[in-house]
This record gives sequence, structure tokens and C-alpha cells, in this order.
Amino acid sequence: MKVEQISIFIENKSGRLAKIARILSEGGVNIRALSLADTSDFGILRLIVNDVEKAKSVLKGSGFTVNKTEVVAVEVPDRPGGLSHILNVLDAGQINVEYMYAFGERSGGNAVIVFRFDDTDRAIETLSDSGVHILEGERLYSM
Amino acid sequence: MYYNEEFETLPRPALEALQLKRLQAAIERVYAHVPFYRDTFNAAGIKPGDMKSLDDLERLPFTTKQNMRDSYPYGLFAVPMEEIVRIHASSGTTGKPTVVGYTRKDIDIWSELMARSFVSAGAGKDDIIHNAYGYGLFTGGLGAHYGAELLGASVIPISGGNTKRQLMIMQDFGSSVLTCTPSYALFMAEEARAEGINFKDLRLKVGIFGAEPWSEAMRDEIEAKLNLDAIDIYGLSEIMGPGVAIECIEAKRGLHIWEDHFIPEIIDPDTGHRVAEGERGELVITTITKQGIPLIRYRTRDITSIIYEPCICGRTHARLTRMSGRSDDMLIIRGVNVFPSQIESILIGIEGVEPHYLLVVDRVENLDTLEVHVEVDERIFSDEIKILQRLAKRIEKEIKDKLGITCSARLVEPRSIQRSEGKSTRVIDRRKL
Repeated sequence: MKVEQISIFIENKSGRLAKIARILSEGGVNIRALSLADTSDFGILRLIVNDVEKAKSVLKGSGFTVNKTEVVAVEVPDRPGGLSHILNVLDAGQINVEYMYAFGERSGGNAVIVFRFDDTDRAIETLSDSGVHILEGERLYSM
Repeated sequence: MYYNEEFETLPRPALEALQLKRLQAAIERVYAHVPFYRDTFNAAGIKPGDMKSLDDLERLPFTTKQNMRDSYPYGLFAVPMEEIVRIHASSGTTGKPTVVGYTRKDIDIWSELMARSFVSAGAGKDDIIHNAYGYGLFTGGLGAHYGAELLGASVIPISGGNTKRQLMIMQDFGSSVLTCTPSYALFMAEEARAEGINFKDLRLKVGIFGAEPWSEAMRDEIEAKLNLDAIDIYGLSEIMGPGVAIECIEAKRGLHIWEDHFIPEIIDPDTGHRVAEGERGELVITTITKQGIPLIRYRTRDITSIIYEPCICGRTHARLTRMSGRSDDMLIIRGVNVFPSQIESILIGIEGVEPHYLLVVDRVENLDTLEVHVEVDERIFSDEIKILQRLAKRIEKEIKDKLGITCSARLVEPRSIQRSEGKSTRVIDRRKL
């Protein structure tokens, strides 16, 4: 039920994102989704990719600091109220969201929301109990 | 103008005869009372009676900051604690400070040398001395204070910080002499401008600036902005504190070192041999009247040269040229002494932090700034911003708590700090002095 995401530490200076994209492209890694959190000095780039191990090894080989994190991806209908429903479920279960990002599916009318929780297992339980559709990693990587 | 005309203008032969007599007595004293000196003199095969001339001083071994550290806190004191009336300390390389103790007579001599220094800078009894050096373990505040009182001037013990209040008091109390670090003087000038205060309307006539390196260009800037004569003063707590040497207002060229109490030598820091007269090298000082913690051939690590030619002010004491740097890696940031190794040991103490760091020192709007760059590797990397920010805050806080310096910690990518063969570059000093 959990999805692996890689996080990369980047300094806030020009050309860093371009370099990461180039390394991944040369390694044949495809990016499924990404989000960038930043401060004035540094940023954290979070990626869902088709090949986690490959992405990690090529980035580390180029000197980047890379971590693997477990996140949860849920599928919601791409219509008004889709996100609201899920957040209500989490709120009722008193689950904290550390961060989240979303993207639309290429085919079909669904959106995918990627969540990082402080308590991943309890979040999965709460979401499953409420009938929310949680995506398996394999499905997401190959989307 | 002199404070103690007889001694300040003693003809060289008489001054040197006095130095020799005092040196011989000092050597006898440390040999009798300080095991460290007895051991090092014995090891060098020297007996106190061997000091037949001032040149014999060169045969004695050096004393270093490391020796002081090894005897922390009181091991080099030459008198019992009941005779010590004051203790000061400066930062050391391992987190432990360097400790010095003063007898009543040491305080009296220090006060006199500071009073001489004030007069040399053009100050007198009628002056209102605004003493913005920090009071506390640091020798600046109390050292200048006692000298000002002995001189009979009115001293305002305002200490450092709270610049707006400093400016108000300067205006209202009619401060005529300012004592602080040169960078703080320039910072005050900026604040004054922001407050709409014109230094031409103040009574300040002289500023006595020290505790950090500065330049002739800074002197010009300070004199123009603060509308006063800027005088360079030198001192270090190991030797005494402020007032070891000072410029005279007549020449403003070289700092007279009070040779009836200190014997200066300039050595090549690599070979330890004296350099030719006028050449630059490391300043070595022997205290010849100090009782609490006399130091023989103390290596100050400050780079300067000595001028023996007579000065237009009439003082016969030799002059040190402006300090141009250090022979070790000590940094002086806003008047606080810092060794990179001190920051390194703090970083290593924080779990997961690698000792790959870079210190970037700069001067922004006349205040020294310190940036500590730390590489983020997998052990400290988190994909949550707040955890990384907490780490940066913790580094800043520990450095502030342990070293008393405000810095900003900056997290950088691994291997972005340059490695070089052997010693890597730990410090980039962008200050243009």
C-alpha cells in the first residue's frame, strides 16, 4: 500500500534542477510526479519515478544526497469535492499530513494525490476503512 | 602630553637598563614559583642567573597559548590565589578559555598603562569617556574603565550593544572619548545616520579602537563619519588586556609599546629566530613586572614589525606597526576570538553532522558576519523542510551559546565544499581590511 518516493537535497542555486533532470534522463529514469519544497537557502526535490533504485544510484553517483521515503498515493475522482472528501476523512481520524502533491491521470477521469503522513500505517488504515482507493506502488510507477 | 613623563620619555639606555633589571627579577620569580618555567628552563639548560643582558632573552624557550591551555586554569599563576584579586579569560581553541589572574599590583600597573594610553590618544581628566567595550570576562571593558578612573576622567560604563541608547547617552551626557571596536564605531555611524544624528553636533573628539584588526582605510572612514581622531590600541588578555600598546595622537604612526613593562621581539613564526629590525614577523612579548601570571616570550601570533626610531611625541618607547594578520588561523569576529577548530568541535558534537564545513566571514554594513556552511549527507537529510531548518537553528544556537558569536548556518550539498590535498580550506575571509 505504500509507495516509494525519492527526495533529493538541492542548494538554492541555478542549474541544480537541470542537472538532476539530465542525470535521470541519462540513466533512463522516467519521472512520474514531482514536487519541490524550498527555503531561501535550499530545497528538497521529491520524485516518484519508474525505477526507484536506478534513480537513487545514478543521483548518488553524481554526488547528490538522496533519501527514500514512504508515501501514500490515493486515487480520487477528478471532480469537485474529490480532495475535500479525503481530507475530511483524515481530519476525522486526526491524521497529520506532512506534505502532499497531486497530478492528474493520463487516462481516465481520476487524479492521484501523494501524501506524506507522520503516521503512515494509521493513515492507510483510516483511508482504507473509509473506502478510499489507495494505489499500489507498481501501478503508480508504471502509470 | 604624558601621564607619566619620567617613564614614558626615559632615554633608551636607562630604559634598557630598567628592562634588564626587571627581566632578571621576573626570571627569578617564575623559576622559583612556576613549575612549568622551572622545567622548561632546566630542559634548555638555563639558570635564572644566566640573564646577563637583554640579548640573553633569546635563549629562553617560548610560551604558547597551548602551554596556557595545558595548565588550565591556574597552572601558570606565580602567586597563591589569596593574592589574586581579579580573573579574566579569553576564548581558547578547545572550548576552554585561557585564564589570567591579576594581583592588586597588576591591576594598578594595568590602570596606569591604560591611563598613559588615554593621554597618548589625547584624552585627559576633563573628558567624558564613553566605554563601549564589553564588561565581563573580556578584558576590554574593565581594563579601559580602571585606566579612565585613574586618569580622573568621567567614565560611562555603557558596555556594548543597544546602539540607540548609546547614541542617546552620547548626545545627552556629552561623551567626548569613545572606546569600542572599530567595526562597532562604524556601525554606530550608520545607526546615527538612520536616527538623524550628526556627529558634528556631538562632543566626541577622540575614539580609541582595538580588539580587532583594522586598516588605514577604516581609520579614514571612521574619522570622516564620526568626526573624531581615531587611535589604534593593542592588547591581549594573556599579556594584560587593552593598553599594551597605543598610538600617540601626535604621529598616529605605530603603537608605542610600554617597554618599561613589556619586552617585545619580532620573530619568524616558522624558524622562531628574531628577524632584522623593521622586518615583519610574529610579535613575542615578555612581561617583566607582572605578578599574577608572568609570561616569558609569549607568542602572540599577531604579525607586525617594530620601529625604534624616535617619535615626534617624545616618547622613547618603541612602536609596533599596525597588526597585519595572524600567524595562526584565529579569526576575530566582532571582537570575539574564534578558532575554526572550536566551531569544528561543536559541529562534530551535533549528531550526524560531518566535519566538512566552511566558514565564510564577511563585513556587511560594517558588522562582521559569519556563515557556517555544513554539508548535508544522508545521515542528516530529511525530506521534511522543518527538520532541516531545525538542524540549522541548532547549529546557530550551539555556536552562540558556546562561543558567543551570532552566525547563520547554511546547509549545502555534499562535496560542494572544496577538498584539497592535506588541509582543506576551512575559512574564506571576505573582509577587506
